[in-house]
Amino acid sequence: MEYLFVGIGGIFGAVSRYGISKWVGGRWRGDFPLATFCINITGSFMLGLLSVLFTKGGASPAWLKPIATTGFMGAYTTYSTFAFEIINLIQDGENGIAVRYLLGSVILGLLAAWLGLTLGEYV
Amino acid sequence: MDYIAVGLAGFLGAVTRVFLGKIINTWLGWSFPVNTLIINLTGCFALSFFLTLTLERLEINPRLRLAIGTGFLGAYTTFSTFAVESINLIRNQQVWPALVYLLATPLGCVTLAWAGSAAAKALVRRQTVEEEPLES
Repeated sequence: MEYLFVGIGGIFGAVSRYGISKWVGGRWRGDFPLATFCINITGSFMLGLLSVLFTKGGASPAWLKPIATTGFMGAYTTYSTFAFEIINLIQDGENGIAVRYLLGSVILGLLAAWLGLTLGEYV
Repeated sequence: MDYIAVGLAGFLGAVTRVFLGKIINTWLGWSFPVNTLIINLTGCFALSFFLTLTLERLEINPRLRLAIGTGFLGAYTTFSTFAVESINLIRNQQVWPALVYLLATPLGCVTLAWAGSAAAKALVRRQTVEEEPLES
C-alpha cells in the first residue's frame, strides 16, 4: 500500500512542478533557471518541516506521510532537471550563471531544509 | 492532456524511486543515504541522455518526451530528500559521511549529466556516419 500512497503523492508533485515551471517560464526571461531553483528550495523547506511534524504528531493518519513527503515533495523537487540545466548553461558559455545556480541551489536548499526541520521542532 | 501525462509518469517515477531505494538499502546497509545518491546519479545520466538524443536525432511524440523527462525522471530524482538527508547527517555529527554525500551528489550528478549528453551526441554521430557513408 505504501507504493500506492507514494505514487499518488508523486502525481501531484510532478504536476505541481510542471505547472510552476510553465507559469514561471512564461514570465521569467532570464538565463537563470529560476523555476527549478525556487521549486527545489521550497520543496527542501517543506520536506524538512513535514518530516518533523509527521514524526512528532502521532494523530495524523498513516497514509498521509508517504503521500506528502516521499511522494509529493520527492517528486516535486528534482535533481535531473537541475543537473541538465547546469550542463546546458556551461555549453552555452554561461559559466557564471552555472556556478551561481549550482552553489545557490545546494547552499540555500540545505539552509531551507535546516530551517524546516528546526521550525518543525518548535511548532 | 500534458498534465495527465506528467502526472501518470510522476506516479511511476516516485514509485520506482522508493522501490529501488529499498532494494539498494537491502544490498548495502550503509549509514549513508547511498540509495538517494545512486537514484540521483542514474536519473541525471538518463535525463541528459534522453533529452539530448530526442533533441538531436530520435523523433518522439512531444507528450511522451514530456512524460518521460519531466514526469518520470523528474519525479524519480529528488532534491528535497538530498537536502534533508544532508542536514540530518550534519546534525548527527557524521562529519565525513555528510561531507562525502554533500560533495558527491552535486559534482557526480553534473558529471553524469555531462556524460549522458556526450553519450547521446556520440551515438547520433555514429549513426549519421553509418547512414551517410562518405564517398571515396
